[in-house]
Amino acid sequence: MIVDLGDLGFEQGAHILLQRALGPLRPGDEVGVAGLDPALAMHVEVWCRAKGHHTRRADDNDDGIRVWVTRGRADLDRWMHAERAGGPSPLGIVDAPPAHWGLAARGALVEPGGPPIAADLASRELVWADLAPALYANAAASQWDPATAIAWDAPVDLVPEIERAVVQVMTFLVENEQAALVVPARLLARIHPHFREVLQLLAVQAADEARHVEVFTRRALLTGGEMGTSSVSGRESLATLLREPDFSMASFLLSVLGEGSFLNLLTFIDRNAPDPVTRQVARMARQDEARHVAFGVAHLQHQGTLDRTLLGRLRGAIEQRHETLISSAGLNQDVFDSLVVLAAGEWTPAGIRRGYAAVQQLQAEMDEGRQHRLVRLGFPHDEAAELSALHTRNFM
Amino acid sequence: MTLLMGAVAYDPKVVTIWGGFRSWLNDNGLPFDFVLYSQYERQAEDLAEGRIDAAWNSPLAWIRSRRLAEARGRTLTPLVMRDTDRDLTSLIVVRADSPFKDVADLKGETVAVGAVDSPQATLLPLSYLASRDVPVNVRRFDVGVGLHGDHIGGERDAARALIAGSVAAACMIDSNHLLFGREGTLPAGSTRVIGQTAPFDHCNMTVGETVSDRTRADFAELLLSMSYTDPKVRPLFDLEGLTRWEPGRTSGYPALEKAVDETGFYDAAGAVTAADYRP
Repeated sequence: MIVDLGDLGFEQGAHILLQRALGPLRPGDEVGVAGLDPALAMHVEVWCRAKGHHTRRADDNDDGIRVWVTRGRADLDRWMHAERAGGPSPLGIVDAPPAHWGLAARGALVEPGGPPIAADLASRELVWADLAPALYANAAASQWDPATAIAWDAPVDLVPEIERAVVQVMTFLVENEQAALVVPARLLARIHPHFREVLQLLAVQAADEARHVEVFTRRALLTGGEMGTSSVSGRESLATLLREPDFSMASFLLSVLGEGSFLNLLTFIDRNAPDPVTRQVARMARQDEARHVAFGVAHLQHQGTLDRTLLGRLRGAIEQRHETLISSAGLNQDVFDSLVVLAAGEWTPAGIRRGYAAVQQLQAEMDEGRQHRLVRLGFPHDEAAELSALHTRNFM
Repeated sequence: MTLLMGAVAYDPKVVTIWGGFRSWLNDNGLPFDFVLYSQYERQAEDLAEGRIDAAWNSPLAWIRSRRLAEARGRTLTPLVMRDTDRDLTSLIVVRADSPFKDVADLKGETVAVGAVDSPQATLLPLSYLASRDVPVNVRRFDVGVGLHGDHIGGERDAARALIAGSVAAACMIDSNHLLFGREGTLPAGSTRVIGQTAPFDHCNMTVGETVSDRTRADFAELLLSMSYTDPKVRPLFDLEGLTRWEPGRTSGYPALEKAVDETGFYDAAGAVTAADYRP
């Protein structure tokens, strides 16, 4: 076999043509290299020495051949024990991807060795939900641009006390969304990248929360005032979410119970908003939160089919969080009052009565929503009611 | 007893390489440790004195430690070498547009070489020119003196001087001619090779008599058994630039022995006699 390199030199990539010629051959087979570059024979020798091939100079009878290359086996040895990292589609997911697959694309041919990835969530059983690929696709298609999705120039001209109530609610939302950003971001760094769709979904979830933080902050500052208050009790409640190390429990407390309750809260704000910008930011955020809740529920439903102890552990997580927060004041009083004022929309006894009733209605809807989702996870109705009542008074 | 090897820290990767080899050898039953030197001369002296059992030696360090040891009635053995240490050549390179067609044309011209102690970029090519009776003015690029040319800096500076037009020719090892071409130090097609030395050998694992024959044999056998298919070995081989160990041999060093004698670099007993060599 002969490979003619023309006037291509080895400092211009000629090795690629030689490599292609050697590829299909067996170790020990010989290739003649022809070419016009004056340094060709020397450079073939240098390249082959480094790659484990042998060479001999051609003689005058070899008709244009400059050097003969005997194929070595270093390249074959490198890939001898290589394996496919599962398959590229979700059907190719393996139950327990090895740590040394690391960041390799699913389905890639992986050279053995290399640094193990520090991913402690590395089993299909722990992290996977069949709904993840579809939810990711939906999430990616539903991304919106905070600069254009909200009509920031819509008229916002509220009396100062109502505006202050809106600002307080926005301040509370930002604080909660920051917790909702940090929790999936921390979890995704712990998941083996083999479960790509789960990482993608959590990444988009974190990006969703980043947008929410932005739009709620922007609405709070829209009329030039200061941010509202942040209470110890609110931060205490959120800190318990950040401390939960178990993927399923974190997903349960944050997505199913916390963000689930937020769906009701954002609907409430949408329904009662005193201005169009407040209404829009709540509505846009709600779309995203619904997806987060759906993944949390799907993940836990999947878990429930594999793990009979799941419901008991979920119950334990709620109870433990309740115990931790039992001495905490619960919802920031400023937030509660601001929700009333926001829904009142006016500074009159009739308005406040209406607003107060609306917030009571909101709390009932949140409780109902939580119970509904707990039942979907397999809890009996009475137990769902009991557990829902233990949920933090801070909503998230 | 632990076999103690010396290696010269010419680059931070040396720690990774020998740390990896150390783990592998220990895991495979050979108690092995290493010490690092900042330059080859002290390592050669310590090996000859028996303060270390083995040394990963440059070809020049092999020659010096062998001479030092033999002067003391001791014997050193080149146990193994990399497959890539065998049959290297050094080149005399000129600009493609220069009038020089043959090394004889360089008579009286200025030739750039690497560091004073570089076998491949200084000692061997200058000996080659001398053997062809071509006296030249030498412009030396002393980078990493004491590292016996392991530091590529001097060779690269010589190549740059050639392209800059300040010298008529530059000396370098064949693999660096390709490397400098690929990285653009020597633009493709900008140079011609007008001289090439006969093949010579480079580094070897030199072992002394401070360890038993059995340990020496075990060390050789283990190294020769290291396989590129082993995922623990392969990254180390890639860093150290080999695909397998080969048995050591002395047949690739006579040209350097001759160059050392011609220039009076070391004397027959291994003393450093080069006047302007300060590692």
